[in-house]
Amino acid sequence: MSVRAMTARKTEPKTSANIRKAKGGPAKEKTAMEVWDLKLYVAGQSPKSLTAFDNLRKICEEHLKGQYRIEVIDLLKNPQLAKGDQILAVPTLVRKLPVPMRKIIGDLSNTERVLVGLDLRPGG
Amino acid sequence: MPTNKKSQTHSVRTASIPKAPTGIQGLDEITQGGLPMGRPTLVCGSAGCGKTLLAMEFLVRGAVQFNEPGVFMAFEENAEELTKNVASLGFDLDDLSKKKKIAVDYVYIERSEIEETGEYDLEGLFIRLDHAIKSVGAKRVVIDTIEALFSGLPDPDILRAELRRLFRWLKAKGVTSVITGEKGEGTLTRHGLEEYVADCVIMLDHRVTEQISTRRLRVVKYRGSLHGTNEYPFLIDETGFSVLPITSVGLDHKATDERVPTGIPRLDAMLDGKGYYRGSSVLVSGTAGTGKTSLAIHLVNESCRRGERCLYLASEESANQIIRNGKSIGINLAPWVQKGLLHFHVARPTYSGLEMQLVTVNKLIREFRPSVAVIDPITGLTNIGTEVEVKAMLLRLIDMLKNSNVTALCTSLTHRGHDLEQTEAAVTSLMDTWLLVRDIEYNGERTRGLYVLKSRGMAHSNQIREFLITDHGIDLTDVYVGQGMVLTGAARKVQELKEETEAAARKEEMERIKRELERKRLIMEAKINEIRSEYKSAEEELLAGLKEQELEEKNLVADRSAIADMRKADAASDRQKGKRNDGRKR
Repeated sequence: MSVRAMTARKTEPKTSANIRKAKGGPAKEKTAMEVWDLKLYVAGQSPKSLTAFDNLRKICEEHLKGQYRIEVIDLLKNPQLAKGDQILAVPTLVRKLPVPMRKIIGDLSNTERVLVGLDLRPGG
Repeated sequence: MPTNKKSQTHSVRTASIPKAPTGIQGLDEITQGGLPMGRPTLVCGSAGCGKTLLAMEFLVRGAVQFNEPGVFMAFEENAEELTKNVASLGFDLDDLSKKKKIAVDYVYIERSEIEETGEYDLEGLFIRLDHAIKSVGAKRVVIDTIEALFSGLPDPDILRAELRRLFRWLKAKGVTSVITGEKGEGTLTRHGLEEYVADCVIMLDHRVTEQISTRRLRVVKYRGSLHGTNEYPFLIDETGFSVLPITSVGLDHKATDERVPTGIPRLDAMLDGKGYYRGSSVLVSGTAGTGKTSLAIHLVNESCRRGERCLYLASEESANQIIRNGKSIGINLAPWVQKGLLHFHVARPTYSGLEMQLVTVNKLIREFRPSVAVIDPITGLTNIGTEVEVKAMLLRLIDMLKNSNVTALCTSLTHRGHDLEQTEAAVTSLMDTWLLVRDIEYNGERTRGLYVLKSRGMAHSNQIREFLITDHGIDLTDVYVGQGMVLTGAARKVQELKEETEAAARKEEMERIKRELERKRLIMEAKINEIRSEYKSAEEELLAGLKEQELEEKNLVADRSAIADMRKADAASDRQKGKRNDGRKR
């Protein structure tokens, strides 16, 4: 199931369709609420990639409902994009917004650490 | 398997392993052709020893000289820094990037920005590398320094597995790659990269001995190929790397019969009438101020006059000083410098290590291609390093010069009080011709004498010549030899005068004796004549007397017979009387 879900996401154009909104309109979002701009870099549909995507979605739904957008980038298809965000490890989750940029590597199975890494929970 | 390979002949081996030439001076000679093609090579060494530069030069030369584009994956410096750094060596990375000859990918990794949340691999790195390789069609890849990953990523186990995969992947790609690694404590690299990259390992070293640093390179291993195993000194200068392959220098230099005039006719005369052999090494040793440099200046001047290029390696005087000193003995070297025939390389020996000097000289010889080289003084080099090092270095230097068929004149300063013929033993056995200039102190005067101590392969003079430095150059004159003494300078002059006087006196004496003899002879002859004339007169007188007697006798007989006839006396008694008369008359 998750495979399908992810594939579907990736084939979607990277537009606002990807943005999941929970509450409020675009105006409110910009002022009161921060939009979390997340990029997940994967290499094909490896088990690790799929696990990471599932984990990310779960965490976002739980902690950032309506305030995040996820862009999944398949480096096998767009290898030139790896250079821009300095991607080495796969999967890598990049928090583009809010600044500062954060990088989280691994399949995001350790939720605690993901939360720390995303600054959703104070470190430790 | 490797043992089997070892038993194979050299040509088979080199044929069996394809190599990618580095284009780096000397390195291809040591590795007999370059790095293993299509395989990874590990270049390790401590910080600042030139790993990045070696890797970069391999890549740039590959792209420029061998038409093999390359990828530089940098972990430590970004593209801009790299471009700047290698621009100082004359490599234009921007241009090469534009021409799609080289792709630079800077990998930035910062531990503090990374949170590990589960399983991962380094597929991202592979994808980037693959993309870069495809973008320029790379045949060569450099990864500098991949160990940065160990500090950047939290899980070393994953990293190791991924590195193993990376090197396998590189091999499968068929790219010739250079991986650099920081030297570790007791291991070649800090994180044991040598476990993964096993085909060829090159170690760079930067040692400081007595405040003088020397860079060295060693091929630790090279699977399936012969390679030089020594530590080779190398140099990084404005044209990049140059490694000095010392062992490639052998004793197979050609020996010519061609001669190089010394610039001093009298010295040529001492050396079989023709001068030094071309390509031979000449040592001029002597105490301070004996005119060693002047001898060198003569050789340089003479060679330049024939249109040959000369290299003057000076470590104690500046070029201007040597030219000025040349003028003082009537030789102007300045025009040769202007014409490009004479090149001065002036550097204090302490400026760099022994090997550096060697590499520098090697480079100069390759580039300038002189036919005569002067090392003034060779002892300047011996101040740095231990005796063993110095000897090894000089051996290499001389071999190198001989191999290039360069006639080398080395001056050597011997210190007062040392045995002139002993101290240079380390060098002298290497030299073909050895001139010894020594000062002779006698009678409150210091003069110079020159001998040919040895000169291989020619009938050289065994005489001492007095060595005069005049305003028109060096002059060699005969010394005074005789009466168990060897005299030079004023003493020689005095002695010569003395001899002249003595000779004159002797001549006079001889004349006198001759005259005396003549006189004696004359006297003798006079006496003989006198006696002869005396005899003559006596003879005449006696003969006259004799005649008279005979006449008288005749008359007497006639008278007597006449009387007898008259007296008719007894004939017998008359005969008695006649006899008596005869006796009385006498």
